[in-house]
Amino acid sequence: MDGILLQILNGLDKGSAYALIALGLTLIFGTLGVVNFAHGALFMVGAFCAVTLQKFLNFSKITIDPDKVDFLGNPAKVKTPYVVEWFGEAAGNGIINWSVPLAILFAIPVMLIIGYVMERGLIKHFYKRPHADQILVTFGLAIVIQELVKANFGANPIPTPAPDQFVGSFNVGALIGMDASYPYWRLVYFFFSITVIGAVFAFLRYTTFGMVVRAGMADRETVGLLGINIDRRFTIMFGAAAAVAGLAGVMYGPINSPNYHMGMDFLVLSFVVVVVGGMGSLPGAVLAGFMLGILESFASYSPIKNFFADYLFLPSIDQIIIYLVAIIVLLVRPRGLMGKAGVMEE
Amino acid sequence: MSNFTRRGLLKSGAVLGAGMAMPTILTAASHAGYTNAPTGSSVTLGFNVPQSGPYAGEGADELRAYQLAVEHLNGGGDGGMMNTFSSKELKGNGILGKKVEFVTGDTQTKSDAARASAKSMIEKDGAVMITGGSSSGVAIAVQGLCQEAGVIFMAGLTHSNDTTGKDKKANGFRHFFNGYMSAAALAPVLEARYGKDRTAYHLTADYTWGWTQQESIQAATEAKGWQTAANVLTPLATQDFSSYVAPVLNSGADVLVLNHYGGNMINSLTSAVQFGLRDKMVNGKQFEIVVPLYSRLMASGAGENVKGIFGSTNWHWSLTDEGSKAFVKSFGEKYGFPPSQAAHTVYCQTMLYADAAERAGTFNPCGIAEALEGFKFSGLGNGDVEYRAEDHQCFKDVLVVKGKENPTSEFDLLEVVEITPRAQVEYAVDHPMFAGGDLGKCNPGA
Repeated sequence: MDGILLQILNGLDKGSAYALIALGLTLIFGTLGVVNFAHGALFMVGAFCAVTLQKFLNFSKITIDPDKVDFLGNPAKVKTPYVVEWFGEAAGNGIINWSVPLAILFAIPVMLIIGYVMERGLIKHFYKRPHADQILVTFGLAIVIQELVKANFGANPIPTPAPDQFVGSFNVGALIGMDASYPYWRLVYFFFSITVIGAVFAFLRYTTFGMVVRAGMADRETVGLLGINIDRRFTIMFGAAAAVAGLAGVMYGPINSPNYHMGMDFLVLSFVVVVVGGMGSLPGAVLAGFMLGILESFASYSPIKNFFADYLFLPSIDQIIIYLVAIIVLLVRPRGLMGKAGVMEE
Repeated sequence: MSNFTRRGLLKSGAVLGAGMAMPTILTAASHAGYTNAPTGSSVTLGFNVPQSGPYAGEGADELRAYQLAVEHLNGGGDGGMMNTFSSKELKGNGILGKKVEFVTGDTQTKSDAARASAKSMIEKDGAVMITGGSSSGVAIAVQGLCQEAGVIFMAGLTHSNDTTGKDKKANGFRHFFNGYMSAAALAPVLEARYGKDRTAYHLTADYTWGWTQQESIQAATEAKGWQTAANVLTPLATQDFSSYVAPVLNSGADVLVLNHYGGNMINSLTSAVQFGLRDKMVNGKQFEIVVPLYSRLMASGAGENVKGIFGSTNWHWSLTDEGSKAFVKSFGEKYGFPPSQAAHTVYCQTMLYADAAERAGTFNPCGIAEALEGFKFSGLGNGDVEYRAEDHQCFKDVLVVKGKENPTSEFDLLEVVEITPRAQVEYAVDHPMFAGGDLGKCNPGA
């Protein structure tokens, strides 16, 4: 039972990342009708916002220590971060220690601007083009972003640790009489995702801006005829979707060290999530994200993996489960779990 | 009267004969019986490394080392390990008097892409030798291609037993060590540190390198009395290893062996540490993690998580022999940081190829293969080394390393615990883990 609890938690955690990325993808598709293959790259850029802030906070004053030598035998350079110089050892190191959560504040404006520039500078020119063109141009854009990040940060993963207070694990199972240790930061990631998802839904549900956006998603032409500049609002939503993907990336850094191709690894899975959830359906994207995350987690659980390998001759069920479920869902419900009629059916 | 005279006929015949013979002479000279025989004042080498994908970091470091080797071969820089190499054939005037030039390809860490780029370098760029790779799957695929094309393949970072085992080829040579050697070096150290009564749980990358590494370390640790609780294969594309790590907690195992490399290793180790495995007591013993194949680049990606974790490596920049010091100095002064083991092995391979060509007096792959087979050398950073003739595997000392507890710099991440002597990691050519292959005959191509 302990193992099952852990796999549920792992699934929720994986699902958090899938749901956040898929939510942004669906927002863009639902508002602008664009299939954005650069969305995984935005997730990666978010993670590199955390890397950038970490580097910025570690920007150091360099002094020479004649008593130590570097790897070439020259006098060693000693680096003292300026934040430590300015704020003292305790406060300075404390700020550096909290660089990942602090990066949220850094990433939101950066991602909003990136999203805005992407939409205005490139994607708006492809609104009336076929989806295949949109896919090609956004995929190309993703590769360009990837290569830019590689050129600036290198190809090796860069560790972005969680604050010391969230390093390690605790016995989450003890709450229900079990023995199951789970990492603090993964729980933080799950609750953070829930908060962001809740905020997006609340924004769309309870604000006038959100109401107009929803109306525009339902009938863009009529909203436009009412004198509302729906295009401007949709552009802002593109920026918001980029920010959601970016936040997912920022907080993912301590789980897996950011690298320049991490976005591509999530992109295909997130598209499957969107399709399974139903194109254009925000609740569907979230539901499918968590569902597929849990299924993937259980498929990797060794007793289940072994069962499939020994009795069903599927030794790599962990690699195909998501696609298998996607096929079944689309056969049974061709519009996905919560898809609506008319979306991508013309 | 006819214009044909005996003298005229002879003249015409001679001219015609010379004309007909000319293409044959040129053709023969152009490849002299082997693929891409250099005809001008330069010779082209093909560096096939991952410039994109999960091993791009290793690939970038390999490329730096290749460029440094070319610079040294052409007489530039300080000469690096050419000065410490036991063979003194290389003079800094290129190879066989021809200036060394190079072309590069991107393997993308995909076998098909690696073969395509190698093929292009051979057919379009006239590369006389292909070298590189940061994955055994890629190395084996490219080695097969080079065998068919008739060029030498000097393998880069490939650690699977199969590269010089069941998939060995007469045109392929490996300087890097392998899974068996890692296990043979590591197992006695693990026994000494953690005792005989241990139960290991393996997470293994699901491709040729992972399989042979796992087989090797399981056999070596079981020979020391350890038991194996489970071996779970993980897809190479896995990013989040939490689902694979969580079951370890309740498996009864007290050691987790991560048969992962590169990004896989960074992510699986990070997950294992996050789940608090290293803080656990199981079977009355402290839970331990082992990473059989380490690299400094991986260690830097994993950050704090590598501290105190044992593994093995082919070479480390902190070695104090003259060859290693010369290489670290050359590389460090040029690039500003110490070289990785990937950089070291490809630099050595380039030097070994060039030296073999000089000793053979030809670029003919069969001449070079003959010069490399059984070649004994030193001064390249690994003590006394031999390229075994029977399988084209280099035999040398192996380093057992540990993640450093108190690093003094951003590069000081691993400490050498033991230099395992070559004799301890040697094996017979027909060892079961290497059986099934056939070296075949050297193919000069053309």
